[in-house]
Amino acid sequence: MTDDSKFHHGDATDAAPILEMKNIEKHFGNIIALAGVSFDVRPGECHCLLGDNGAGKSTFIKTMSGVHKPTKGEILFEGQHMDFSSPRDAMEAGIATVFQDLAMIPLMSVTRNFFMGREPTIGSGPFKRMDVDRMNQITMDEMRQMGINLRAPDQAVGTLSGGERQTVAIARAVHFGAKILILDEPTSALGVRQTSNVLATVDKVRKQGIGVVFISHNVRHALAVGDRFTVLNRGKTLGTAKRGEISPEELQDMMAGGQEMAQLEGSLGGTV
Amino acid sequence: MAGNTAAVDERLKTESFGARMMKRPELGAFAGVILVTIFFLATADPAMFTLSGVINFMTPAAQLGILAIGAALLMIGGEFDLSIGSMVAFAGLFFAAATVTFGLPLTIAIPATFVFAAAVGSINGIIVIRSGLPSFIVTLAFLFILRGLSLVGLKLATGGSTQLRGVRDATEGDWLAPFFSGDAFGGLFLWLAEQGWVETFNNGTPKVPGIPVEILWFVIIAALATWVLLRTPAGNWIFAAGGDTNAATNSGVPVRRVKISLFMVTACCAAMVAIITVMDAGSTDARRGFQKEFEAIIAAVIGGCLLTGGYGSAIGAFFGAIIFGMVVIGLTYTDFDQDWFQVFLGGMLLIAVLFNNAIRKRVTGER
Repeated sequence: MTDDSKFHHGDATDAAPILEMKNIEKHFGNIIALAGVSFDVRPGECHCLLGDNGAGKSTFIKTMSGVHKPTKGEILFEGQHMDFSSPRDAMEAGIATVFQDLAMIPLMSVTRNFFMGREPTIGSGPFKRMDVDRMNQITMDEMRQMGINLRAPDQAVGTLSGGERQTVAIARAVHFGAKILILDEPTSALGVRQTSNVLATVDKVRKQGIGVVFISHNVRHALAVGDRFTVLNRGKTLGTAKRGEISPEELQDMMAGGQEMAQLEGSLGGTV
Repeated sequence: MAGNTAAVDERLKTESFGARMMKRPELGAFAGVILVTIFFLATADPAMFTLSGVINFMTPAAQLGILAIGAALLMIGGEFDLSIGSMVAFAGLFFAAATVTFGLPLTIAIPATFVFAAAVGSINGIIVIRSGLPSFIVTLAFLFILRGLSLVGLKLATGGSTQLRGVRDATEGDWLAPFFSGDAFGGLFLWLAEQGWVETFNNGTPKVPGIPVEILWFVIIAALATWVLLRTPAGNWIFAAGGDTNAATNSGVPVRRVKISLFMVTACCAAMVAIITVMDAGSTDARRGFQKEFEAIIAAVIGGCLLTGGYGSAIGAFFGAIIFGMVVIGLTYTDFDQDWFQVFLGGMLLIAVLFNNAIRKRVTGER
């Protein structure tokens, strides 16, 4: 490991996993999308799931977040056997997923987005209304904790940068009690600076004892923040490595499936 | 980041009051009301802005406005309803038949009309949601279906005529009638006349006998819709459902329920207008509400609603409808040909859409 990052890396290896996925298989008709994937997340760690396009990352996280039901295999959440039938089930158990579209509405204010579908109310009967002051206060506070000073809570999400939006989505998941936070390619569409902001946010979330699953195909971003790395290729895990046990080149090779990539990289002068 | 928690971002300029107002969706409509007022102050007979003149243009504005607020809510929720005009005729037929043909008292006829309208609205909604078709095409079908059913139903109820009379006789003396027809605060206006504070006829009765009930309903419905939109979870769900169905669903917003409820609310607004106008006229006919769907949608768009949903306001639709009323009635106070109204309508719509587009870009920070 030459390029160590400035982030804190907890030694989470001895804690019991919050979520364990054992030999998960998922078939769509005659297509085997996942052929026995095992994965676990511990509190306070960032576990990176790496894989090239088509490796099965999306199918796997959708299984984890309750969108798909596994064809075979077992999901244990805090030691209990779990059988999620909808994303809502998973959400209520404490598994929050921030998908690439972020589930944000650009025309609506940050506060309205933050509490979308889960608005706190005051009053009763026909006078039941949103507790707007509290909503604004919570939004400002939560965003500040993530290092973003909002202009005003009624600022439209559309005026935020991609990294800030990502942070709103993460802050929202954390606020609503996520124990596991799944981030689907959070840095894929971001610039350098915004990427480091998001990585810093991941670090803050991890320090709160939340288990982060970080999906990426960018080895550098993963190495900057990850504690453990699992590589997925053609629906199978190619193994899990701890931080410091593996070099960026090895990870890159594993993701791409070896040989060809080494040649390609050679011709590109190691810039990929 | 520690230490700077209370710091204000140095990249931010303080916004002036004007800049803040620029971001409100109803700004365009409000500015429109002012412009139209200035125009008529300059060109129209001063009688237009006396009390009776104002009541004169507020009455059609209110009738359209009740529809426009329903249309605005639905548009914010991301859907259209082109059948509201036909719905006015259809609900009018139902209401008139209930009172005249079946002789039901208003305590039964009015709730029954609302339930009936809501049921038809929910059919619209369920078809749109289930099929995933654009609401434009589904409700266009209902525009014709409901208009046709109103004609056929009227002929059945009257034995061949397309007008059903006798509503006034049937509802006279009913205790609910004053809430849906005639003028409110008659006593107040009589008292004002005695004090000499309002214009009177020679015999001492006030020229304006009271405030027509539809104006009161218009104000109440606008206030209620605004409150729901800005201050209740349901309002947040309406914006979310219209802004991005997927994002809203993933965040736990019951999008289907929200949209179907909005179709029902819009239909109930049409029923409200039907009940008021039928009781006022004492009869119903098949042309009632003709083309009102377009006027309502135009008023909503002038009020700041985006055609793509997720943005707009009920207050905007309120002002949009007032602009309408002012122009329709105002032109009769001027020397202009009344048919300029149509030109005005199209022009206003075009300006409003261009304006809204620009505003949306400002709000979302699109470049």
